[in-house]
Amino acid sequence: MSETILVVVEQREGKLNRVSWETLAAGQALAAEMGWILETAVVGNAVASFANEVAGKKVAKVYAIESPKLEPYTPDAFSAALKQFIESKQPKLVLMPHTYQVRDFVPKLATAMGRTAISDCVGYKKDGDKLVFTRQMFQGKLAADVSFTSDAPWFVTFQNGAFRGDKVEAGSSAAPVETVNAQIADGVIRNKPQEVFKEAKQAVDLTQAEIIVSVGRGIKEQKNIELAKQLAEALGGELAASRPICDSGWLPMDRQIGSSGQTVAPKLYLALGISGAIQHIVGMKGARTIIAINKDSEAPIFEIADYAVVGNLFDIVPPLIEEVKKAKAGG
Amino acid sequence: MKILVCMKQVPQKDAPLKLNESGTWIREDVSYEVNEPDAYALEEALRQKEKHGGEVVVITSGPARAQQVLREALAKGADRAIHLEDNAFVGLDAFNTARAFAAAIKDEAFDLIFTGLQSDDYGYAQTGVVLAELLGWPHATIIMQIEKNDSGIRVKRELEAGFFQFVDMPLPAVLTIQSGINKLRYATLIGIKQAKNKPLRKVAMAEVQSAISGNLQKIERLYVPEKTKNTQFLEGSAGEVAKKLVDKLRNEVRVL
Repeated sequence: MSETILVVVEQREGKLNRVSWETLAAGQALAAEMGWILETAVVGNAVASFANEVAGKKVAKVYAIESPKLEPYTPDAFSAALKQFIESKQPKLVLMPHTYQVRDFVPKLATAMGRTAISDCVGYKKDGDKLVFTRQMFQGKLAADVSFTSDAPWFVTFQNGAFRGDKVEAGSSAAPVETVNAQIADGVIRNKPQEVFKEAKQAVDLTQAEIIVSVGRGIKEQKNIELAKQLAEALGGELAASRPICDSGWLPMDRQIGSSGQTVAPKLYLALGISGAIQHIVGMKGARTIIAINKDSEAPIFEIADYAVVGNLFDIVPPLIEEVKKAKAGG
Repeated sequence: MKILVCMKQVPQKDAPLKLNESGTWIREDVSYEVNEPDAYALEEALRQKEKHGGEVVVITSGPARAQQVLREALAKGADRAIHLEDNAFVGLDAFNTARAFAAAIKDEAFDLIFTGLQSDDYGYAQTGVVLAELLGWPHATIIMQIEKNDSGIRVKRELEAGFFQFVDMPLPAVLTIQSGINKLRYATLIGIKQAKNKPLRKVAMAEVQSAISGNLQKIERLYVPEKTKNTQFLEGSAGEVAKKLVDKLRNEVRVL
């Protein structure tokens, strides 16, 4: 008896969230490895165009789970609709990207079904007969292989960048698409969401920067940011920061890199005094070259750095600025 | 407003972690601190109390050492504390932790329950949402602002890439709080003194045992991450390192 993997892709504000392709790639890899069937679902109101887009990939079937009550997104509606659907289809494994929206409803959905979710996974392994999911713990310092000790359905969410969206296989022909009308009773939805908006006018678009000099807590005081700014200027790059720096108001929110801020993939990412917490790493691990300076040799940032300096950034950055200026002046 | 803040004690950020013998957890001989997002959740609860009156109750589960988190919270201005005290609480998954909390507070009538958006040790970001479902309450996650209104509350949800969304919700509700929502206060000396006399109720595992059952997931193995990147460590004096970096920037990275 073959099992089914269900990948639930995400659509928001009229667009398919591109991270869904990463989850689909994971689903395809798992289906191939386990010999299971891969199906997908998209949830919302009038989602036929998204379903058709997904149907172009190598999947057995696409379900468009629809109801006017699924737009805008609310955890009550999404949980109710998916619970109904999953109970009827009984997939073994339900995969989703670890987005803010998924985090908002998957634990509710799993609990409503008496099940559990293994969240923010970076991969999976077959350990004999057992399927285990790998995730980071203690802000990236350690890794854990986690298994389900419960019945199916098993809920798994994958971290941004854990799989390559460009590795999704296209189908040889369009997969069948089936519309499922979700029945959501009156009174189920309790939240009233308003329009999504961007807070401040974005003065800088970090996603376009080729070189980024980024500061974390290791910068210690607001006035020290001037040092990082000088380095950024010398290199012709942009200044950025991890969340705590922006929370403190030392740099504006549009300079934030991480799960809540920008996701960047510059040619060079220079991390000064950044420990490498997961919420920051997901925003910059795609950088072509990562250079990290941190006085803690155990800092998780060193796991992903191409060049690493274990040392005091206040000792290293001033001569670095001078050397960069010399090099640029033709020295 | 009667607010419950769920707090967790986690290993300190820069604590060197060692694996236990079976490789399934860390050795507990490290220094601990409050989970940072939970500190923001507490601060938010205290500010709501200052604005609207009411009571702030803090709850945690864990061994005796976890009491420190509650003492600090009481010193900052929380009114009462609940400690589910047992080593066994450490290994519970989010589902069971939430069930234990729900059992411990079954005779209370909170308007709001806050948790931090996730913990710095597990990082699942689930307990608050699971608790909401168990209680049958509405919830919202990654919250950056809370305003009381006639029909309940209006919260500001943080989304990715600098986007936000306001959501109107009825009470009672569960909210998971994002760090940076406010600025944390320090406990005053008076606060620390007053904390000693504030009620701290201990709840034994036996009291909530019937509410929980076996974990639905299991950590098979905890380990130092396998390195996939070939990191080059550059050494020497600050001046030497600066020169080496520029050499890399010019010849390897090609940005100079």
